[in-house]
Amino acid sequence: MRELKSPAFIATAIIGLIVILLAPHVLELNTVFNLTVYAIMAILALSLGLVWGMGGILSFGQTAFFGLGGYVYAVAALNFGDSTPALLVAIVIPIIFAAIVGYFAFFGRVSDVYFGVISLTMSLILFNLINSTSGSGYRIGNAPLGGYNGIPSVPPLNLPFDPANALDFEGMFLAAALILLAVYLGLRVFMKSSFGRIAVSVRENELRAELLGYDVRLYKLGTFCIGAGIAGLAGALYASWGSFIGPSAFSLSFAAQTIIWVLLGGLGTLIGPIIGCFIVQFVTMWLGETKFINPNIALGLLFLVSVMVLPKGLAPVAQRVVSTLQRRGTAS
Amino acid sequence: MILQTQGLCKTFGGVAAIAGIDFNLKQGELRCLIGANGAGKSTFFKMLTGQITPTSGRIVIKGQDVTGWPSFKIARLGVGIKTQVPSLFDGLTVSEHLHLSALRKVGARRAEEATCDMLAEMELEALADASVGTLAHGQRQWVELGMVLVGDPDIVLLDEPAAGMTQAELQTTISLLDKMRGRRTIIIVEHDMNFIRQIAETVTVFHRGRVLVEDTMDGISRNAEVREAYLGQKGLKDHG
Amino acid sequence: MDATILLLVQILYGAASLFLISIGLAVIFGMMGVINFAHGEFLMIGGFAFVLSQRAGVNFWVAMFVVAPLVVAIFGVIIERTIIRWLYGRVVDTILATWGLSLLLIGIASTTLGYYQEGVAPPFGSVQIGNYSEGGYTFFVIGVAFFILALLYGLLRFTQFGLIARGTMQNPAMAAALGVNVSYVYSITFALGAAVSGLAGAVLAPIAGVMPVIGATYIAKSFITVITGGASPVAGTALAAGILGSTGQITAFLTTAVIGEVVLLATAIVILRLLPAGITGRFFKGAI
Repeated sequence: MRELKSPAFIATAIIGLIVILLAPHVLELNTVFNLTVYAIMAILALSLGLVWGMGGILSFGQTAFFGLGGYVYAVAALNFGDSTPALLVAIVIPIIFAAIVGYFAFFGRVSDVYFGVISLTMSLILFNLINSTSGSGYRIGNAPLGGYNGIPSVPPLNLPFDPANALDFEGMFLAAALILLAVYLGLRVFMKSSFGRIAVSVRENELRAELLGYDVRLYKLGTFCIGAGIAGLAGALYASWGSFIGPSAFSLSFAAQTIIWVLLGGLGTLIGPIIGCFIVQFVTMWLGETKFINPNIALGLLFLVSVMVLPKGLAPVAQRVVSTLQRRGTAS
Repeated sequence: MILQTQGLCKTFGGVAAIAGIDFNLKQGELRCLIGANGAGKSTFFKMLTGQITPTSGRIVIKGQDVTGWPSFKIARLGVGIKTQVPSLFDGLTVSEHLHLSALRKVGARRAEEATCDMLAEMELEALADASVGTLAHGQRQWVELGMVLVGDPDIVLLDEPAAGMTQAELQTTISLLDKMRGRRTIIIVEHDMNFIRQIAETVTVFHRGRVLVEDTMDGISRNAEVREAYLGQKGLKDHG
Repeated sequence: MDATILLLVQILYGAASLFLISIGLAVIFGMMGVINFAHGEFLMIGGFAFVLSQRAGVNFWVAMFVVAPLVVAIFGVIIERTIIRWLYGRVVDTILATWGLSLLLIGIASTTLGYYQEGVAPPFGSVQIGNYSEGGYTFFVIGVAFFILALLYGLLRFTQFGLIARGTMQNPAMAAALGVNVSYVYSITFALGAAVSGLAGAVLAPIAGVMPVIGATYIAKSFITVITGGASPVAGTALAAGILGSTGQITAFLTTAVIGEVVLLATAIVILRLLPAGITGRFFKGAI
């Protein structure tokens, strides 16, 4: 694991830790509260950055795993009374779901574009399904599914195996931000592993990878499942943060948002999706407060511009700016 | 016999690209395949590597009937292919290409070493960190060949390895082939007669999806049927 | 007996409505290889064009059969010229760009037309089948589906434009070499797909109502239908709508509407697992 020892990696880890630990002391509680949801969404963005950006899999319905994770967490936490096993099943169930969908798609050799459409469709079907579960008949143990009203009063995260000690706002921020940092660093290491390298090669040239003796279906399935687990984790954190999860997690507009995050930030990088996510969320929040323009108009324009003008996203542009500055710096 | 095909056929929409090929290859042989465009050479290679499933007939490699196997399984049996147009991972570097191929064969721990050895053997050290998308055609051919060889295949399929190479690169390729001779079983599809003359042992001539003749290079040169089928009005000498 | 007839009518209606919401998407995908993620919004615009023009005093039928298709066709040409044209051959980018367009259209419709559902009462009253009654408009929707099916089939099969369009769809480079103005053909084809979407949106408006986000309720089913149908836009969509619509409706009849939807999806997945290129990717190759 050379990546673990690289200076850039260690520096990122240390700076990340310092920023996260300092933030609650420096910032207002309200800002910390908002930053928590930014961090949670950034975890979701990372999952799509992995599956789409690194693995080349058009997972347009990545939010389905987020929503699934949120719902599974809500139901499990309401039934178990402890968030620790709930968090675990909220990761496992989306993985299983992804394994089933991915098995059909990848082993059936469905084309990549069809897969994109199918995965989005899957999310929309879940949207319809959950929407129609209103009424007392639809409940799992102690948890009513609530249809279009969603599940309110989802239990917050608690210290591991200690339900009496629920996390407060600050604790929730630390949990979300540290998990984001861990997922980001973990994925960096993962991308340098054999599996990660092969996953990227499958994105670059599927036939060649196959002719070298790699079963590309397995690598796609693996990447897809890992992404689903991360998205499920993000969904669980989201449900515990706002103590609510609703069917809008499966909606078309939310799916579109995650796509914009990754597209704007830059495909094929891990930091890009995080940056894109923060920018877009900030813009939508600002629009929501100022009512300057309908958020859908802004997002739609941003989306169109990203595709037509910035097909590689902001991250490569930023990298070019940085390297030009560096070159000028060394030249002068 | 390390590789055999029996009655191999492939039809596309009623047209037979391969119309019953019986082909036998001994362990350690170097075989050249020639034939006009459309004679079925590329289709034949695609079937041997599992990219296309035969309409009928069998393919037996190392005693195993691999007909209908997916590409990756055939590759794992020890079949490596250098495709006609180099098929590479454009975003990755040269050393990453070799690493990727070595990884499957020798595992993560020894892949690094195998990569370095092959970089040295192919004289690619200077390009080790170059992104493959930026390389010239001849260099890309070379990278692909190195990538195939570092996977240590028993059977190597080379589709037009001489195409687009400089004279110097051509000579290096020939000496590389000479080094492999006997150790690996090799099939080469090539148009460059000069190149073939320098390396060939036995030559198989494909014509309209069938094997027309199988003979030594000298025998092929003298064969009137080959002249007729493959070269049309032009004589072999014009090519050489 | 009456129940059987009623069920048959509902199966036909299920298939017909699936066909209607999908056929515009299918024409554009099948003929041009463009997956239009703003398809739901094309239906939405058709619905609004119908409802608003009719409210402004335009005759009901003129609003439905002339205004709605025309408005969406013109809009389609504008979109093809300004966005789609620049992205030909880049399937994924086209998807993403039209997805952005979809959000933009929802946003514009929400700000200008409001968030509320607009509706028009369906005409024709109801039809008595023994002890049951069924809305007369149901039969009308079935009729329109068959009308569009016949119209498109005739247009693509028997007219000169159809021949050119099919040729271009099969091999654009060859068509261009024969002197066909390919970009013109694409514009017309896109407009054609948009026009049938507009008509479908108008026909379904009296049943489903129209609102800015109505597209989201159509889009999933239309994707499933088109992908299951495969390469041939008309035959594929008709077959897929027939199979999926009937399995969905029968299940819904026996159980609940939700399970009907699940079974519809499951059927599509099974079909795609067996036929990755859709029904017409395997059978009826070369059909329209």
